[in-house]
Amino acid sequence: MSAVASQKVAFRERTTRALRDSNLQQAMGKARGGFVDKRLEAMAALPEFDETRDAARDIKDHVLANLDGYLELYEQKVIENGGQVHWARTAEEACQIVADICKEANAQVVTKGKSMVSEEMHLNSVLEAAGLKVVETDLGEYIVQLAGETPSHIIAPAVHKTREQITELFHEHHSKLGYTDRVTQREALVNEARSVLRGTFVTADVGITGANFLVAETGANVIVTNEGNGDLTSSLPRVHIVTAGIEKVIPSLDDLSVLLRVLARSATGQEMSAYTSLYSGPRQDTDSEGPEAYHVVLLDNGRSTMLGGGYRSMLRCIRCGACLNHCPVYSAIGGHAYGWVYSGPMGSVLTPLLNGFDDSVDLPNACTLNGRCKAVCPVRIPLSDLLLKHRLEQYRRRLTPLFGRFLVRAWAWVATRPRLYQGLMALPLWLMHWRGHRRGALEHIPFAGGWTDSRDFPTPAGRSFIRQWHSRKGKS
Amino acid sequence: MNSDKIKTSTQVGLFVTCLADLIRPQIGFAAVALLEQAGCTVRVPRNQTCCGQPALNSGDSASTIAIAKMVIKTFAQDDYVIAASGSCVDTICHKYPELFRNDALWAGRARALAAKTWELTSFLVEVMELQQVEATYDGVCSYHDSCSGLRELGIYDQPRQLLASVVGLELKEMNENNVCCGFGGLFSIKYPDISTRMVSDKCANVGHSGVDTLLGGDLGCLLNIAGRLRREGAPVRVFHVAEVLAGMTDGPAIGEGESDL
Ligand code: SF4
Repeated sequence: MSAVASQKVAFRERTTRALRDSNLQQAMGKARGGFVDKRLEAMAALPEFDETRDAARDIKDHVLANLDGYLELYEQKVIENGGQVHWARTAEEACQIVADICKEANAQVVTKGKSMVSEEMHLNSVLEAAGLKVVETDLGEYIVQLAGETPSHIIAPAVHKTREQITELFHEHHSKLGYTDRVTQREALVNEARSVLRGTFVTADVGITGANFLVAETGANVIVTNEGNGDLTSSLPRVHIVTAGIEKVIPSLDDLSVLLRVLARSATGQEMSAYTSLYSGPRQDTDSEGPEAYHVVLLDNGRSTMLGGGYRSMLRCIRCGACLNHCPVYSAIGGHAYGWVYSGPMGSVLTPLLNGFDDSVDLPNACTLNGRCKAVCPVRIPLSDLLLKHRLEQYRRRLTPLFGRFLVRAWAWVATRPRLYQGLMALPLWLMHWRGHRRGALEHIPFAGGWTDSRDFPTPAGRSFIRQWHSRKGKS
Repeated sequence: MNSDKIKTSTQVGLFVTCLADLIRPQIGFAAVALLEQAGCTVRVPRNQTCCGQPALNSGDSASTIAIAKMVIKTFAQDDYVIAASGSCVDTICHKYPELFRNDALWAGRARALAAKTWELTSFLVEVMELQQVEATYDGVCSYHDSCSGLRELGIYDQPRQLLASVVGLELKEMNENNVCCGFGGLFSIKYPDISTRMVSDKCANVGHSGVDTLLGGDLGCLLNIAGRLRREGAPVRVFHVAEVLAGMTDGPAIGEGESDL
């Protein structure tokens, strides 16, 4: 109970902090319209977008119903291609596997492409503790790494930062490398980061990437980026490690083309991301480049439990970020307020499932159930329905505050007794009316400070409709 | 208008909704007037309070089921059930059947209720084929599309279609008209600072649009927006769409007092 309470305070504190953080507010405000408009344009340009979403959903559903089979097929193909597959039940196991591979390869420097699963594993801290130098190569990830933070968005890790903040951050970290000028333009910032990173790419021993998809029929892992950093991370170092959740597997390249069509359009409003790369294993004799060793670490971490229950549809998620981009709560508080790697609607559904219900009581509740997330999800995950399902589950587990539950119970008891209900409401309605009818609204209501601290409360009419109607009609 | 004659006998039960019942009864009277204009006979059963959404959204399925059973019984005899709120209709149409998934008898009854329950404007336009109303409103209005009505019931054109026939009324869309206002029932009390931020964004959009009136189809959202507009001192009047369509705009708008008139 105390853990729950402290988490609750923590969420509220994080929220308050975020709402007062003017940089965050400025950055989020700038991002919000852009994502929405671009997605709308991309949709308009593809008349069969909705049918494609249905097809994408069906592909994912089919995989989830046959996950064992496709994972086995995938593993077999990876082995045929000369790679290795490692199975990790938990994040700790997965970290250990990656750390062991690095150790065996005598690695000093590790470059990383963007991978939410590695964030979920907290891989960086484990590798750093093992004495490795870890460098993020995705620009957004690089920025949050410099800042000592975690990503606040699954596809735009540094979306919460203003350009001015990034300028300062680069100046602070890069001036010792000889970049003494403060650069402020987007282009120039990208170039500076690239040139700093270029040195690391060639010295890296191990490259770690995530995977947007794992194709069972060929054993390929697919990475979609806009920067091309994924290519350098996977092909330059001696060893390439892919970290991915088990739900990432898809049957075929045909399925891949369907999913790619909805992914970029939903994420950034692009028709296609700039780079879509397929990697199928270590360098073959005929290849001019590529790693000597290729490992795939497949992480379960609670996913297989989700297969059974009513939350299976959440495993369809292709991490496009559209639900975050369209969530007004996310846009108001940013990703860090959610307290774990996944944020926004998909995070509020996933976090309790992967990380435990007890420590994430606020997440499903801090939502108006406005359903915009559900409306935009490319694989049609009923996100807001799942959040409601979480609330029912919390109630069943008695995780929500006792007093609140009692109030709702008592109210419902009265609400199922209409005459009593009308009788009990009559006096407060009349009092509120008497108090506020001249001005039309109340500026303060006892026990409803949450409302009236920032809003007036329009005055009730004094007598309920039901009472007025039936006294006028003289009938029931 | 021929179709109106044929449908003279259409019988409907009015689900008032708890907020309209307790806070703004005029919405109930407006709904009745519009339904009668369209040729319906309206019954207002006494045995109704709320659709149970506050309990459902708090995760209390037992309480919700108790309330749902009452609603189902109350309206069993009506040909149609109408409510002037997208969010209550969504609860009845989509959440009730789901609640009784494991109870064959009640699931059937819940589905039967869902099949005949309509949000007011969509019923008037789609079932009663009402083309126009007899009302005048002198003002430039924006329309806030409430979430459940818009996304779960597909209500967007229907109120606008009817508003187009109101003499003197000009409709001007604001930015982000389909973004949540931050009400969310108990959400607005449990997470007031997030809610305030959302409703402030909404009010900013209302302000930028330069309209003098804001309309919507769900009283919950309208209380939230009107309450915030008033606190900000913005001179924008707020009405439920039914009030404007029924020509009941002579009295105070939502959050306005007698001293404002
Ligand atoms: S839940 Fe849907 S919208 Fe959200 S990230 Fe996943 S696929 Fe995208």
